[in-house]
Amino acid sequence: MANPKPRVKVPKKASKGEVITIKTLISHPMESGQRKDKEGNLVPRQIINTFKCEFDGQLVFECDMDPAVSANPYMEFNAKVENSGTFKFTWVDDDGSIYESENKITVE
Amino acid sequence: FVAVAPRISFAATDDTEAAIKAFTGGAEPATGTVTLDTPEIAENGNTVPVGVSVESPMTADNYVESVLILAEGNPSPAVATFHFTAMSGAAEAKTRIRLAKTQNVIAVAKMNDGSTFIDRKEVKVTIGGCGG
Repeated sequence: MANPKPRVKVPKKASKGEVITIKTLISHPMESGQRKDKEGNLVPRQIINTFKCEFDGQLVFECDMDPAVSANPYMEFNAKVENSGTFKFTWVDDDGSIYESENKITVE
Repeated sequence: FVAVAPRISFAATDDTEAAIKAFTGGAEPATGTVTLDTPEIAENGNTVPVGVSVESPMTADNYVESVLILAEGNPSPAVATFHFTAMSGAAEAKTRIRLAKTQNVIAVAKMNDGSTFIDRKEVKVTIGGCGG
């Protein structure tokens, strides 16, 4: 499978204590395990089952996903920032693959 | 136009009820506090935008722990579970989901003190999203 490409939108700057909005998208078919191929065989399930956002090692937001999440899973959520630091985003695939992305933010 | 109560198969309802019970620890969730934001009509069931927001100060001792999203009429009702922390700042999340047919989407929120809240909205689906 093509290597899933994460796309993340985090503001570059924020003021102390501000609640920012983070948007993430990752290219992935999210094969539900319900679909049949041309020969009528069930296509085995392969989805991203977990998404996690951490800020300097502390958990901010996590999502457990089931096959009912659309292909190219989109996630929008919030984070409260008190100081400059790095957001780390992690996606975990059913096959054990881990996809990661990092974004720095400056808090003034 | 006459409103007709949606007819739901017993199996789907049972699965959904069981999932809610497992999430709340058997408690009956109250209404209010949690708001589910879904379109009234989804033309394409493959990607239906769903948002959820919960009223909460989101402080270290008073926050929303998690929100369970269920789709009653899908082959399996589980959709996603959001987990929040005090660092989330606001208990809000948006994603896109698959809906096989017209059905109720359900959000159940669990607070850190164990109390639970529920909201449900019907989404009319023009083209189902579980492609066979």
